[in-house]
Amino acid sequence: MSGNIDVRGLSCPEPVIRTKQALDQGLTNITVLADSRVSAENIRRLVKNYDCSCTVDDQNGEFTITINKEGK
Amino acid sequence: MNKRLIIVSGIIAGFFGVLLVRFGNPANMGVCVACFVRDISGGLGLHRAAAVQYIRPEISGFILGSFIIALFVGEFRARGGSSPIIRFFIGMAVMIGALVFLGCPLRMVLRLSAGDLNALVGLFGFIFGIYIGVLFLRRGFSLGRSYNLSSGNGMAIPVLAIILVILLMTAPIFIFFSESGPGAARAPFLISLAAGLIIGMVVQRSRLCQAGCFRDLMLIKDPHLLYGSLAIFVAAFIGNMALGYFKFGFAGQPVAHTDGVWNFLGLAVVGLGATLLGGCPLRQTVMAGEGDSDAAMVFLGLLFGAAFSHNFGLAASPAGVGAAGQWGAVIAGAFLLLVGFTFTLPKVKIPVKGGVTHER
Repeated sequence: MSGNIDVRGLSCPEPVIRTKQALDQGLTNITVLADSRVSAENIRRLVKNYDCSCTVDDQNGEFTITINKEGK
Repeated sequence: MNKRLIIVSGIIAGFFGVLLVRFGNPANMGVCVACFVRDISGGLGLHRAAAVQYIRPEISGFILGSFIIALFVGEFRARGGSSPIIRFFIGMAVMIGALVFLGCPLRMVLRLSAGDLNALVGLFGFIFGIYIGVLFLRRGFSLGRSYNLSSGNGMAIPVLAIILVILLMTAPIFIFFSESGPGAARAPFLISLAAGLIIGMVVQRSRLCQAGCFRDLMLIKDPHLLYGSLAIFVAAFIGNMALGYFKFGFAGQPVAHTDGVWNFLGLAVVGLGATLLGGCPLRQTVMAGEGDSDAAMVFLGLLFGAAFSHNFGLAASPAGVGAAGQWGAVIAGAFLLLVGFTFTLPKVKIPVKGGVTHER
């Protein structure tokens, strides 16, 4: 299952909570849209604890974090 | 990942927290966002508590340090619109709570590291307040999204910080300088400013946050930010031991009172408020420097709250917490709970397969 989350403009720690909720719901491919490096860093740290892989793509301050749970 | 950075930033904050006392800042108050914003409020004449009036350059340093480094690394971004007026009032509530305890979470750690056990009671209150905030967050609390703004919005607080420094340097007749009391205890201007700049820079990079450290432990079992707070404690503890400032116990601690109930409740208000805001007063000040105009509203709320606290006798003193302060803390706490309930919406639904959520 895959899903997209938009966490742009949300304060700490809401981006992380929403990503966590998505992971806890069993989604395996999640694309998170963020607009701050802090959010991207925090999500990356969360994902690491979930033993998932993720890539962060920075397009002029728009961060796309692609989380992949499969194969782990 | 950035573990070394968060620890280094904590060590630097703790180190200056003690060193500035050595250079003249009040005891156990080398750096404190609440106390220093309160002093600035007095220095500007917004309140007339004669003992706490001085435009502390450390605060301008936090803002400008963060501003400079954020520009340098490309993280300066003018943004805002996430419940600005609510954030202003939360900032005010946080200041009322902090002045009942006599310190922000940063000073709480500094007080703890100097053996002040009243701060331990405060720490329990702080954690309790954060726990209440986490309950709201788990149920979907949100102050809403912020959006990109034109850069002038992000410049406002850094410019204010510069104006404060100019006011201090030129000392026009209409600003106030305490002649006795904590406001008269001050490290030399350049040392204070430099320390503030350095702390602002490293905290901007490391995202050090005293409220976040317990919040993240509770929410996602992530100790990352806790390393920063522990580093402040250890560095300041070593400094206090080395300089002979360490004094273990409850009674006779500098700029502190022994009223446990209000030490607990004061910082519980701060913990809850900081969790609803998404960061402790230090972090909010640093974010205001990065262009976050919502954090800037919090900063103004702190400034206004400090003036309010002293004008209406809410602020505690070493003698204890007066009736007005007790009412102030209770009302501030009740306000924060009201905000918590009001801004907690039903659980966010995450659409499966495509579609980007824009529900709020």
